[in-house]
Amino acid sequence: MRRLLWPILILAALLLVNVIFTPGFFSIQLREGHLYGSLIDILRFGAPLILVSLGMTLVIATGGIDLSVGSVVAIGAALACLQISQDQGVLVAVALSLGLCLLLGAWNGFLIAAVGIQPIIATLILMVTGRGLAQLITDGQIITVNEPAYKLIGGGYLLTVPFGILIVLVVLAVTAFLTRRLALGVLIESVGGNAEASRLAGIRARGIIVMVYAFAALCAGVAGLMISSNVSSADGNNAGLWIELDAILAVVIGGTSLAGGRFSLGGTVIGALIIQTLTTTIYSVGVPPETTLLFKALVVTAVCLIQSQAFRDKVFRRRGGTAPPQPVNEEKVRVST
Amino acid sequence: MSTLSLGGGRTIPAKYVPVMVTACLFAAMFLAGGVRYEGFATGQIVLNVFIDNAFLLIVAVGMTFVILTGGIDLSVGSVVALSTMIAASLMSGPGWPPYVVVPLVLLVGSGLGLVMGYLIHAFDIQPFIVTLAGMFLARGLCYTIGTESIPITDPTFTVFAQTRLDLFADLWISPSVVIAAVVVVVAAYVLHYTRLGRAVYATGGSEQSALLMGLPVGRTKVAVYTISGFCSALGGVVLSFYMLSGYGLHAVGMELDAIAAVVIGGTLLTGGTGFLLGTVLGVLVLGLIQTILSFEGTLSSWWTKIVIGLLLFAFILLQRLFSARSRL
Repeated sequence: MRRLLWPILILAALLLVNVIFTPGFFSIQLREGHLYGSLIDILRFGAPLILVSLGMTLVIATGGIDLSVGSVVAIGAALACLQISQDQGVLVAVALSLGLCLLLGAWNGFLIAAVGIQPIIATLILMVTGRGLAQLITDGQIITVNEPAYKLIGGGYLLTVPFGILIVLVVLAVTAFLTRRLALGVLIESVGGNAEASRLAGIRARGIIVMVYAFAALCAGVAGLMISSNVSSADGNNAGLWIELDAILAVVIGGTSLAGGRFSLGGTVIGALIIQTLTTTIYSVGVPPETTLLFKALVVTAVCLIQSQAFRDKVFRRRGGTAPPQPVNEEKVRVST
Repeated sequence: MSTLSLGGGRTIPAKYVPVMVTACLFAAMFLAGGVRYEGFATGQIVLNVFIDNAFLLIVAVGMTFVILTGGIDLSVGSVVALSTMIAASLMSGPGWPPYVVVPLVLLVGSGLGLVMGYLIHAFDIQPFIVTLAGMFLARGLCYTIGTESIPITDPTFTVFAQTRLDLFADLWISPSVVIAAVVVVVAAYVLHYTRLGRAVYATGGSEQSALLMGLPVGRTKVAVYTISGFCSALGGVVLSFYMLSGYGLHAVGMELDAIAAVVIGGTLLTGGTGFLLGTVLGVLVLGLIQTILSFEGTLSSWWTKIVIGLLLFAFILLQRLFSARSRL
């Protein structure tokens, strides 16, 4: 839990800033059988980012990185909307679109695990190509759909709770169960620690790498469905643009190291919430739109500094005794076959 | 083990293989283009690639330093945009002369790099995140200065933009290419013949070992990000020669082009291995891909993205196959 202390404090601080500017910020109301309130909005609009970040967490835990999720978001949204606009059933459309996303993710994993291309480059290829593919699917247009059943995914409610939040909870529960109750999480961390050593120890490192990239793409696909369903249209050019950077940021703020080898799902969720709250804060504090990025940069820097052990030691001057051992800069050993 | 034998008993050290593979693939692409399109296989086509990508080359040189130490710099595209923005706004608004503006821009870029390098070194924060924040910061500063494109009308800049330096036999280059060439030569000298260069390779090879050997690892890391910041600012100046405007949306996604160029050139993202010549070839390959696409003519914008992606894929795959074989 100690690891999550700083992210939680930062999230709390951001929420408090909001309360100062918007007094009724914490109130949650039940209107017409739906939950309403700023906190619900943060969860609802943050749902796609949380999903993408969950997938990214596992990828980063294996020591990789996935730059292609933004493009996969666009492809998932484009294919689903295209199918629906051609009078396909919503279920068929969703299944087809998620199937394609899984395939794209597996392709990433194949390039990295079997061909041996560095993750950042392998996924960069799909990042560039995928944007083109999404525009090819929509033929360069913005496809609008008007289908109540599809609208449910991103904009609807089930049992008074926004449907998107329920999806996130289900994915989070399943992922947490698979990685923390079964051995899968340990296997992923071991691959991230040293893929070659894991393979020699009898772990199917390649299979696991393909799996995490497929999972990341699947999460991105679901996020794509949410985003397009919320606005009832698919824009191949702008859907999910730069979401990969926000997702990586969320993962790192949540305490997962980019070097791989360990991960924290709870931290990632908090990290994604911090980023979404930041966006909300920017609006509620009334930062002019031109300086939004500037504000974001300052907060991100502050967040990273606060999380840095070296910075805390320098600024807050630990007083003897309880200081934990300094983490040693770990070097990865390359074992050749 | 460490050499690739060629028929007649001559051998090439393994470290040169990726660069040579890139060089061969570039030559192959050039020949293929020459066979397919009329008027393609001329020297001026190669020079045009240099002219159109001089700024990318300068930025990629800075990126090479960073990647050689095992880091990454995502801020370069935004710093390029910020440089064009600062230059354009200072010259068009208060009418500052270029000989004040250009050094100022270079100073701002280097300063940003210095701060990022310091944050990475002193507080042990991951480069990806620090430079991502730097990317947001620089882009945010651009929009704060102005959201519109600002034209540059300064006579010195327009002269730089329009001058043609004639070489032999109808071939010509722009002054930007000369600047880029000087940057490449100086950078190659620094990397291979100075202490800083040695320290850069050593830090990327193994930070722990470099530290134990007593090399100034911290100073090296700060230095490479400063160099990258300087190169980005210089790239921004060269881009403003080319575009004759400052705009917050210039060079969006350029960091990815720069990283791709460095990697295509055979430099490993884990650091420690690679050559500046590879980066030059990488920029040439990216530029040639674009030239071929423009010769093809009829492609819509999304097909361009798909084809660039596929070519990048084919290229990395081929390079991977060749260098994998050479290691056997």
